[in-house]
Order: sequence, then structure tokens, then C-alpha cells
Amino acid sequence: MKDGVNGVALAVFIFFFLAVTVMGFLASRWRRAENENSLDEWGLGGRSFGTWVTWFLLGGDLYTAYTFVAVPALIYTAGAAGFFAVPYTILVYPLIFTFLPRLWSVSHKHGYVTTSDFVRGRFGSKGLSLAVAVTGILATMPYIALQLVGIQAVLDVMGVGGGEDTHWFIKDLPLLIAFGVLAAYTYSSGLRAPALIAFVKDTLIYIVIAVAIIYIPIKLGGFDEIFAKAGEAYAQTNEATGKPRGSLVPGDAGQWTYATLALGSALALFMYPHSITATLSSRSREVIRRNTTILPLYSLMLGLLALLGFMAIAAGIQVKNGQLAIPQLFETMFPDWFAGVAFAAIGIGALVPAAIMSIAAANLFTRNIYKDFIKKDATPAQETKVSKLVSLLVKVGALAFVLTMDKTVAINFQLLGGIWILQTFPALVGGLFTRWMHRWALLAGWAVGMIYGTVAAYGVASPTQKHFGGHSTEIPGIGEIGYIGLTAFVLNLVVTVVLTFVLKAVKAPEGVDETSPSDYTADAGDKGVQTEMPKLGADTH
Amino acid sequence: MPEVTQGKQGNQGTITPLRVVIALCLFAPFVAMLWVSSYAKTEPLFAGIPFFYWYQMLWVLISTALTMVAYKLWQLDQRARKGGDAR
Repeated sequence: MKDGVNGVALAVFIFFFLAVTVMGFLASRWRRAENENSLDEWGLGGRSFGTWVTWFLLGGDLYTAYTFVAVPALIYTAGAAGFFAVPYTILVYPLIFTFLPRLWSVSHKHGYVTTSDFVRGRFGSKGLSLAVAVTGILATMPYIALQLVGIQAVLDVMGVGGGEDTHWFIKDLPLLIAFGVLAAYTYSSGLRAPALIAFVKDTLIYIVIAVAIIYIPIKLGGFDEIFAKAGEAYAQTNEATGKPRGSLVPGDAGQWTYATLALGSALALFMYPHSITATLSSRSREVIRRNTTILPLYSLMLGLLALLGFMAIAAGIQVKNGQLAIPQLFETMFPDWFAGVAFAAIGIGALVPAAIMSIAAANLFTRNIYKDFIKKDATPAQETKVSKLVSLLVKVGALAFVLTMDKTVAINFQLLGGIWILQTFPALVGGLFTRWMHRWALLAGWAVGMIYGTVAAYGVASPTQKHFGGHSTEIPGIGEIGYIGLTAFVLNLVVTVVLTFVLKAVKAPEGVDETSPSDYTADAGDKGVQTEMPKLGADTH
Repeated sequence: MPEVTQGKQGNQGTITPLRVVIALCLFAPFVAMLWVSSYAKTEPLFAGIPFFYWYQMLWVLISTALTMVAYKLWQLDQRARKGGDAR
């Protein structure tokens, strides 16, 4: 694999990288607003994005470089189990169709920038809001780190950075440069930079997938041949476990895991701060509903991409680290220049979400920790300044994480992050529909979910790891193997409901709700924003 | 997530046939995708791809169509209620 630098591919990669860098810096002039020094401008692009920009932004945000590398990598190593990403993304859209427009409306009405803002406003509880904010930041950090792992995989395959014996500074230099540039334009342009770059990223990705899904099967003798070879490979015994490596179709035992993973991940996806940041930056409520009907195009692409995992097996790609399977497949199958395009797609695919995630985490810190607890009278300009600085800090933290620790640490934390972020669902989505649940009950439910999830994940061993070896374990009381996050979520709900009854019985103070029912269906109109929809019955002023 | 869909209807007041259809459109993918044993098989192949894979990819298209129907019906519903009690 380390057969020197692939010059042509590298040149193409650098070309695209330079192009998006220029775009990133110019983005601050795109749709520039009068008041640049507000968090609405820097952190939400002025809440001005229409259907297509939002589509690219959300797509660029949710389908990250890590997704592109990890989903086929999972198929490559284990087979059918890795395909859960497809039902997962199918379930996301009907789900967000029901609650995201309500979140948009209430956030628009009250100027909420983060999910914690909403939780604080709805339940009048800074403690609950802090819990949601801290969970969001903790879950996002390793996610940013994984984007770096995605870039590293591509650089590795291109032969940049050298092998294990290279001096660490030379080895990490390309990554440092990529990250420095990313940090600089996120700082200066805010959310506008990833929004603009997302166009390039997704266009490249769609081209690469379209070509790969036609060109590679032709070279490998069709899908019959690919699946036959993959089937043989999965049947072989894995030396570490003594069981077959994987299967083409999940067996009876794997079906609970498959379903709970799909459902749990779907519930968790829009709890992530970066998904919400991209959502709140849209111009109207209708933009979001319309997007749930066009975003599935990405799911289709993800499905096709997953099939590349089988192609990697059929093409005889042999890598120890599954993450390298797809970059290596591109390098082997494509002419050099097109491999460069594919690598650029993955590399830029890491920059867009990393930028949005760091902005989202920074917004959470600024709004729900800095402003709520440290400096209560912060002006919008001060908020923006703090957010910009924190976005830098978050990225430096992620970089330090990746450079100093083993990759598996980032992956373990990402796994935990998914379990954790799901525990904010009752407060956020529950809060959008009802105020029946008590704020203290929600906080207790959250804590129980977090603790159970962490302990359960710690207890999962795998052939290569003693702890955090996987995302699934036996579901207490049912006995099937299921996703830990979902089990923790159910526990969380049960605790919340039971405690709400108790707290209501003892008349514990409820906290002030600053929202009113009509806020949840309000469409744009307050701030002179245009809407194509007839106004809803109970109108805003 | 049936409770989400139902909760929504509860907040909107009356349950109309139109709203039931919307809820069904949004709920159907959950039944189809979480019922893994209904599609965990290899046959029939489509262009050499095992059933397990092409069936789920097909559901991407089906669920998209269903969400679009739900969206259009929702627009109708809101128009019918213009000036009404949509809370």
C-alpha cells in the first residue's frame, strides 16, 4: 500500500482543496448582513437559507467523511450488519417531519440558537439546559475528531505522511495544514463557509458515487460476481473470534441489533447540535418540511456507497484497518486523476461537517454556559467573539485528541456520544409536544440514561478491546442483543414518567414556560421573512 | 415513534381522516424497516444484488414518496384550516 506518493491524485486533491479554501474565505461576503457581530449571523448564517442551500448544508453536515469511510468499512469487515445505516436514514425523515418544524418555529419566535436555549425557555430550568448543552458538546467533540480520521485515511492512501517510521511532525503536517485552514475560514466566515463549500463537496461526492457504482462493477464482472466473492469471504473463519467473519444477510440473532441500532440512531441524529444548527439556519418552516422530502436522496447514495464495501472484497483489497478499504479501492480501480477527485470528495467531506460541528459546539458553550452562568449581561458582539474563539478551541482539542491518542479512543467516544446524545430526546422532542413532564424528572431520567449507557458500553468486550468493544449488549428483561443507546433511552423515559407523577403529586415547583402554544406553529413573518405558504391559523403578530 | 405522531394530532385538536392518512404515511416506514425478519433473506436477487439490500434501497424510494404525500396532504390540511383553530 505504501508505494510512494501518488503524484497525479495528490495534485488533483490539492487543486480542489485550494479551491474550497478560497471559497471559505470569500463566503463571509455571501449574503452579507448589516450586523455581522451577532450570533445569528456568524453561527446561523443569518437564518436566511432557502430549500436548496439547506439541503446541501444538511446533507454536507449529516453525511460526513467518516460516514463515507466507515459505512463501507463496516460492510467490508462484517457484512450485512453494516447496512443498518440505510434503514436508519430512512427512519430519520418521517421522524423529523413531525418535530423539526415545531422546533424551528419556536426558535424563530424566541431567537433560540441552540437546543438548550429551547429547553431552558420551555422548562424554565437552567440545570436541564446545562445538561443538554454539556451532552451536546461531549457528543460533538469526538465526532469532529473522527472527521480528522477520515482525512488521515485519504492522506495515508495517497502516500502523503509516510509510514510509521516517519518523524511525527512530517507525518502530521498535511493534517495540521488542512486543519489550520479550516479553523481560519470558520473563524472569519462562520456558518456561511461550510454552507458554500457543501455545494462542492456534495457535487463531488455524487459524481464519485455515480461513477464508482457503474464503473467498478463492470470491471469486477457484475454484481453476481461481487456478491458471490463477498459471500465466500464472510464464510471464512475469523481467527480472533473463531466465528465466520460476517454474513450477507443478518441471522436471527442479529436482527434485534439491526433494528434497535437503526431506530436508536434515527432518534439520535437530530439531537446532535450540528444537525440543529443547520436546521435553524433555514429561512422558514416550509424549507424544513420540503427538505424531508428531498434529503432521502442522500440515503440512496449512502446505500450505493455501502455496496462499495462488497466491491472492496471482490476486488481483493486487503487492509488491516477497515477504514482504509474504500480509499484503497478507489486508488486500485480508478485512474490516478479520478482517484484524486474521489479523495478530494472525502477530504472536503470532512471539512464541512467539522466546521459546522465546531460552530454548533461553540454556540452551545456561549449561549448555555458562558451567557447563563459566567457573564449574564453579554452583548451579541461579545457572544459572537466568544463563539468564534471556542470554535477554534474545540478544533484544537479535536486535533490534539487525534494526534496524541489512538484512533480507537476517538471511535469509542463517538460510540458513547451517540448513546449520550439520545438521552436528550425526552427533554427536547418531548418538550416540543407537551409540557406534562416535570423538569426535575427529565433531569433524573437523563442522568439514569447517561449512567446506564456509559456503564453498559464500558462492559462490552470485543476480541481486540476489553471495554467499549461494541454498541450492543443484552437488553435487560428481553434477553436479545440490542443497541445500548435505545435501552438507555427507554430507561430514561420510564424514570421521567414515574418521577413526573411523583413530583406532581408532591407539587414540586414547575418552572416558568416562556413559550405559548401558537409559537410552535408560527411561520416566518415576524422578522419580515417571506413565506410561500398561507399563514397558519393562530398567527404571529 | 407512534407517540410522536399521536402527540402531534392531540395538539392539533380534532382527528380527521386526512390526518390519519398523514400519520400512516409517516408510520409505515417504521413498521417496514424494524420488521427485519421480513426482509433478511437472499432471494430473489435483483441484478445480482441480494433481496436484503435492494429491498431496503427500494424503501428509500417508497418512504420518500410517502413523506411527499404526507407533505402535500399536510399543506391541504393547513389550507383547509386557514383562519381556523390550528394551534
